[in-house]
Parts: sequence; C-alpha cells; structure tokens
Amino acid sequence: MYKLLLCQRYLRTRYIALASIISVTLGVATMIVVNAVMAGFSSEMRMRIQGILSDIIIETRNYDGELNAELHKRVIQKLIGEYVAGVTTTVEVYGMLSFEYGGQYIHHPVTLIGIDPGSKSEVGPLVDYLQSYHQQENGDEKTPAERPLSHKPDWSLTSAATEYRQRLAQLANDKAQFLKELKQQQHGGSDEVPGSGDDPFKGVEATEYQPAAATSLGEVQTARLYVGSNLISFPHKDEATDKMRTIYMVRPGNDVRVSTVTAGTPTPAYFNATIVDVFKSGMSEYDSNLVFCNLEHLQEVRKMIRTDEDGNESRAITSVQIKLKDYRDSDKVMAILRNEFPADRYTVRTWEQKQGPLLAAVDVEASILNILLFLIITVAGFGILAIFFMIVVEKTRDIGILKALGASSNGVMSIFLSYGLSLGMVGSGVGVIAGLLFVRYINQIEKVITYVTGRKVFDEKIYYFKEIPTHVDPLTICWVALGAIMIAVLASVLPARRAARLQPVRALRYE
Amino acid sequence: MPTVTSKLTIQPASARETIAMPEPQIAAFSVEKAYRKGEHLVPVLHGVDISIRKGEFLSIVGQSGSGKSTLLHLLGLLDSPDVGEVQLEGQRIDDLPARTRDELRNRVFGFVFQFYHLLPELSLMENVLSPLMIRHSIWGYWKRRKEYQERAREMIDRVGLSHRLTHRPSELSGGEMQRAAIARSLVAHPEILLADEPTGNLDARTGREIIDLLAKLNEQERLTIVMVTHDQAIAAEAHRTVKLCEGRIVPLSDAA
Repeated sequence: MYKLLLCQRYLRTRYIALASIISVTLGVATMIVVNAVMAGFSSEMRMRIQGILSDIIIETRNYDGELNAELHKRVIQKLIGEYVAGVTTTVEVYGMLSFEYGGQYIHHPVTLIGIDPGSKSEVGPLVDYLQSYHQQENGDEKTPAERPLSHKPDWSLTSAATEYRQRLAQLANDKAQFLKELKQQQHGGSDEVPGSGDDPFKGVEATEYQPAAATSLGEVQTARLYVGSNLISFPHKDEATDKMRTIYMVRPGNDVRVSTVTAGTPTPAYFNATIVDVFKSGMSEYDSNLVFCNLEHLQEVRKMIRTDEDGNESRAITSVQIKLKDYRDSDKVMAILRNEFPADRYTVRTWEQKQGPLLAAVDVEASILNILLFLIITVAGFGILAIFFMIVVEKTRDIGILKALGASSNGVMSIFLSYGLSLGMVGSGVGVIAGLLFVRYINQIEKVITYVTGRKVFDEKIYYFKEIPTHVDPLTICWVALGAIMIAVLASVLPARRAARLQPVRALRYE
Repeated sequence: MPTVTSKLTIQPASARETIAMPEPQIAAFSVEKAYRKGEHLVPVLHGVDISIRKGEFLSIVGQSGSGKSTLLHLLGLLDSPDVGEVQLEGQRIDDLPARTRDELRNRVFGFVFQFYHLLPELSLMENVLSPLMIRHSIWGYWKRRKEYQERAREMIDRVGLSHRLTHRPSELSGGEMQRAAIARSLVAHPEILLADEPTGNLDARTGREIIDLLAKLNEQERLTIVMVTHDQAIAAEAHRTVKLCEGRIVPLSDAA
C-alpha cells in the first residue's frame, strides 16, 4: 500500500522526473507520426502499384509475344478459374511518344501498353487513374468530372475533347484557307505570316508530320491513347500569383505520334494517335513512363496478327494480368501457373515480386527510421536513469525510514520500479495521444508551417500526393508504447536496486 | 492532560523498579561493531552486554561518538553486530534472514529518531499509518482501512495532534513532529520502543513534554522503552541508566 501511495506522491511532487519523461513522450510521438506517414506512403504506393499491375502478371520472355491470346485466357480460366476475378491480355513494348509544343518537337521514351480498357478495368482500378472521371484542380481552376464513374472505360473522346478537337480543326482549316488566300494575293511572296509566332501550330506544314485534325474536321484517329500525365505536362510557378499550376503541353483531343518496332524482324513502325485521356496514378514511375494504347491497333501496327489457312485470326500478346478474388490465394495460384507456363517462355510473378526492390527499399527505410527513433527513446531512458539516481540519493533518508519501519528491500525497490513504470506510462500515453493528434491534423499542421515559414513543407510537385497520406496501425502503436514503457522501467531498475540495497542505518545517518 | 499532573504520577526511578522479569526481553551479548571510514576501521563498540526486561524504561547516556546510537541500532536490527549477538526473548535475532528482520522491525520495534524522520510527501495521518501500510498487503490494508484509520486517529489524539491530521510534516513544529513520530511508532502496537535522542532537537520545555509522554506510555502500557540521550536530566526519568564511554559500558557514578 505504501508503495502505491509513495509512488503517487513522488509523481505529484517531483516535476523534474516529468521533465525526463518529456523526451520519452517526444520520442513516442515522433515514432507514431513517422510510422503513420511511412505506412501511409507505403500503403498508398502499394495500392497504386497493385492497381496498375494487378495481382499476378504472366509475361512472355520475348517482346514479340506469344500467339493466341484467347487460348491463354481459356487455359487460365480452366486452371485457376475459381480464384480469378478478372483476366486481361496486354502487349507491352518500348516506344517513343512525340508531339509538338511551342514550335518544337518533344520526344519521350515510353512503355507502350496495348490494353483492352473493359477487361483492364476488371483487373485494376483503371478508372481511378483517368482524369476525365475525376474533378481536376489546377491552380485555382476547378474542372468537374467529365464522365460518371459508372461509365465503362473505352476509347471515346469526352464531349469537351471532341469540341476542342473540332475547334482545332476549324482553326487549322481557317489558317490553311487564309494562307492560301495570302499566297494568291502576294503571288508567291514570303511564307512568313505576321503574328504566326503566337500560333502553337505554326510550322505544322513545314514537316511531314500532319496531325489528322489538320486534314479532316474533327475526325479521330483509330489509334487512341491514355497518356501518363507527367509525359505531357510540367509544373509551372506563375510569377504574378505565386501559385503552382500544371501546364499541359497536349491534352485529350490532340494528336501525337507514337513510334515503336514491329515484332519479328525489328522494323520501325509509327502511327498517329489521338489522346483520349490522361493517366495519373500518383506514382511518378508510371506517370512519366506509361502510354496506354488500344490493343488491336498496336497488334496491327506491330504485325502481331497471324492468319492461318482457314482464315482464323490469331493475335499475339506479351502479358496476361490476373486479378484474384482473394490475394491470399496467390501462393497456390502461382504454383499452378508456374507449372503450366514454362519458364523459358514466360515469367510468372506477383505484383510484389515484380516491384520487389522498390517495396523492399521502402521497408528498409521504415525499419532504419524505427531503429533510429528507438535509439532516441533509449537515450531518453538514460536521462531517466540519471534523474532516478538523483531522486534515490535525495530520498536516501526516506528509504532508511521506510526500512526502519519494516519495509523490505523488495518493497523499496518496487516503489522506484513502479515510479518508473508510471512515468513510462504517463510519458508514452501522452506521446501516443500527441502523436495521434499530430497524425490526425497533419495536413493542417503542414499548412500552418508552410504559412509561417513561407516554404512549402510538403510539395505536391515532389511527392505527387495532394495531402500527406497517413495510416495508423494500432499494433505499431502498441509496440511503440510498450517499448517506451519498457525502457522507462529498465532505466529505473538500477536506481531502484541501489535504493533497495541501502543499509537502513547508513540511510538514516545521511543528514 | 496537563504536564504537571502527569509528572506527578511518575515516581522516583528507584521506587518504580519493582517488578523484575526473570528473563530479559531484549539483550545484547558482547556485541562489537566497527565502521569503515575510508581506509580506517573505526571501532565503535567493544563488547557491550546489555539486557532489558519487559516493561523497563532504560536510558543509555554517553558523549557523542560513544556508540550509544549504534547500540540502539543493533538492538533494533537496523544494523548487525560484527561480533556478539542480539536476543529477543532468549532467541537470537541478529542472524535471521533479512525478510524476518524486516518483519520484526515492523511488528516488535517502534522507532523514534532525533530528527523525527517523517516522510515529507505524506500527511501526518499517512505518516502515522505507514507502519500498518507496510505490514499489510494492498488488499489486506484496503479491507481494514477504516479500522486502521480509527486506530491511527486514536493514537494521534493521544499525542495531542488531532487538529493536524492532514498537515504535512513541513507544516508542523519540532515538538509536533516528534509527537507524530511517536504516534507512528506506536500505531503498530510494538513491544519495544527505541528512541534515539528523542529530545535532542527540541527546546527544554518541549523535550520535557516528550519525555513525560514516553514515561506515561511506559507506565500505562508497560511498554519497554530504550532511550538514548546525552542529557542527564532526561535520562533520570528512566528506571535505569546505562552509560557508554568509548564503546564500553562504564559504571554510572550516580546510578541507582
């Protein structure tokens, strides 16, 4: 009884000990915040990667692909049909995206993926990443979603894009008309048109590259694209308003040129395509690299279609993406698929294996941070140790009194151990609450810091997240809190033992 | 109770020593004790024999450094002798395991110190209750806390501090603190009260009050009291006085 009473009194009267516990509090709070933000980043990233890659990916070793896409699908359905939620076949190949901006041609190396939007959206949340399905915010400008989420993704243009395309065509038409008239008036005078520098489509005639818009009024190319947002845009800081906004160099409705190679003997192949939508997953690795194209057209351009004697068409594919009903079945499914698809022609991987190094890097980063932060709490533990020693010295006389009154060594020790325990609990409790509050209001806090310092702490430009993603894992919090309490208790063991070993007479003599 | 009347009830020491128990209640046989100070061993007691009967009021006098406090500590198991033994009712107690000695200190002995030694964080009531808290487990104490609080209140009332129940030691005067310390030592119903210069830090008048209180307890409760003092006048209140000089018991020139 006296142990509890004294422990409680010491807690209430020794504020110096509470000061020592502040470091534990801060350590715990920091650990919770860091873990929540790291977990938020990581789970957001995993979600996006998984969304783009689907659960299991069967890839051919050869960029020429394997013929008979339908057969692949049928085999998969037969083998693992019970686990499968969706299957889609794609063609993946390297290519180059070229378009014109500001009077010059811009080229980007890209990964060109031929997809079927209908089945692709069954294996991953394709719609989540297409801009026309979501309200867009650019600087102060807000554009409402152009398509309802229920609309199945296809290769059609939105009405706004169609309108834009028609206007472009009209402009080009008018310009051609005007130039023709001008030429006729000047009788073969200079080609230079005054004021043409303002026209982003100037020089179109100067090259072979003829956007379809210029030739036919608003007619759309057979090749359609979803283009990664970073490929066709750049962030720009408006000097006047000091606001960041994204400048799109081309937009849905514009035509671009895609170059790639054919299957078989590699021959350059290129085609003009109309951008239908902008793809933005938030993973810069994808947003600055991926161009989705309609599968049939890509197969055609790359000469991946064979027709046998009976006139049956067989199309080649380079990868099959499979979405499972329950990802926990992946081990079983992988075993079956590995067995069926020979390793010399196919690689069968889960999305985690495909992105292994990236995910591992994030995990390593998280664990290193945790170790570092836990070291900080350990340092705080030494602070507790020092202050506890001080308190034991200060309380030497009282310990002697307690022993004279019949308190046992264990009793005296438990006073200080429970003192350490309660300090640890108070410290980590406050830390947990502070950490959770910080996580809860992290975006508001970020805004305040940005306002006060005038520097953007969390820049969307760098992280591709509008807000700081957080994910609070109750288990992690338990471990952090328990660890901090353990350290506080461990730090009080030595002083407590010292207190317990004090001879009552020595303690009493201490005046 | 006024001091004067209580003083009147105390008879001369020689007259009081009437009931003699055949067995001493507590005794020390040829105890020796030395303290280590740096590299030197400082002998404090050189073979002291002392025995105290039940109900006796013994005072130990001597100069500073004569070893009287050490002897008291040895009797009260606060320290253990290098040589010799301490017996309680014929049984050796100084070599018992620590746990049992803790228990004995709690149940058999009551201590009163020169510097009162109250716990500064606790109120007077809690200080008085502390031996009972130490004796019982949390649950055992909680079940009977009403009874114990009643007992403590009674004891505080007896030492005349019932108006100070919730005060901290720092809010009490020296005499009050010493009376609180006496209440604390008595609340657990000890058999032997060991007082180490109980008046040493008090003025003569207050010291006198404390001594009268002790004498009364001895008289009424037949409580064995061993008191260390260097004040001859105070020592004279005891049944018997023993003088220590340089770690040995010496004949008392004016002893009865």
